[in-house]
Amino acid sequence: MAGSGARPISPHIQVYRPQITSVLSITHRITGVGLALGLLLLVWWLVAAATGPEAFARVQAFMGSWIGLLLLFGFTFANWYHFCNGIRHLVWDAGYGFEIPSVYLGGWFVVGASVGLTVVTWLVALIVW
Amino acid sequence: MTSFRTPLGRVRGLGTAGSGTQHWWLGRVTSIALVPLTLWFVIAVIGLIGEPWEAVDLWLSSPWSAVLALLFVVVAFYHAALGLQVVIEDYVHSEGPKMALLLVVKFACALFGTAGAFSILKIAFGG
Repeated sequence: MAGSGARPISPHIQVYRPQITSVLSITHRITGVGLALGLLLLVWWLVAAATGPEAFARVQAFMGSWIGLLLLFGFTFANWYHFCNGIRHLVWDAGYGFEIPSVYLGGWFVVGASVGLTVVTWLVALIVW
Repeated sequence: MTSFRTPLGRVRGLGTAGSGTQHWWLGRVTSIALVPLTLWFVIAVIGLIGEPWEAVDLWLSSPWSAVLALLFVVVAFYHAALGLQVVIEDYVHSEGPKMALLLVVKFACALFGTAGAFSILKIAFGG
C-alpha cells in the first residue's frame, strides 16, 4: 500500500504505560510457562527416586547447589503467583469482581499473597532443612 | 439481530474452532483440582527436604500419598498442555511452525507426565 509506512498503525503494547492489570496478566502467562518447565525438575526428581538411592542423591545434590536453590526459589514464587492469580481468574470466571477498584484490589492482594506465601514456604523449608 | 449461523451450527455450539468451550472448560476444571493438590504437594515436599532416598520411598509407599502425587503430576501436565497450547496459538501465526510446536509440546507433556506417573507407581509398587 502506497505511503503506508508513514501512516499510524494500530497501537500495540509498546505505546501503553505498564499498568497493574497488564503486568499481572502477562506475569500469569510467564509464570505458567515457567511452571511447565519447572515440572521437568519435578519429573527428574521422581524418575531419580524411582531409579535408586545413587541417582536420587545426585538430584538432591543439584537441588541443594546455588543454581538448584535459585531454580527452586523461582519455581516456588511462580507456583504461588500462578496459584493466587489463578484463583483471581476463577472469581472472574464466576462473574464477580469486574469493577476497576476490585480488579486493582484483587491484583495487589495477589502480589502480596504470592510474595508472602513464597517467604513462608522458604522459611518453613529452611527450618525443616 | 440476524444470525448468520445455521440452526444446526447453533445447536451444536462448537463455534469456528469446532471444539466449543471444551478447551477453556477443561482448563478451569484442572485449575480447580490443582488448588488442593498443589497445597498438599508443597506441604508434602517440604516434609521431605534434606531427607534421604528412603524417606521418599516410604512416602510414596503409602497409597494415599501415591494416589495424590499421581493426580498432581497428571493434572499438572494436562493443565500445562492446555495452557501452553493457548500461548503458542496466540504468538505463532504461521500454520506450519504452529502445528509443529503444538505437537512437540503435546508430546513432551505426554512423555514427561507419563515418566513422572510411572516413577510414582514404580516406587508405590515397591521398587
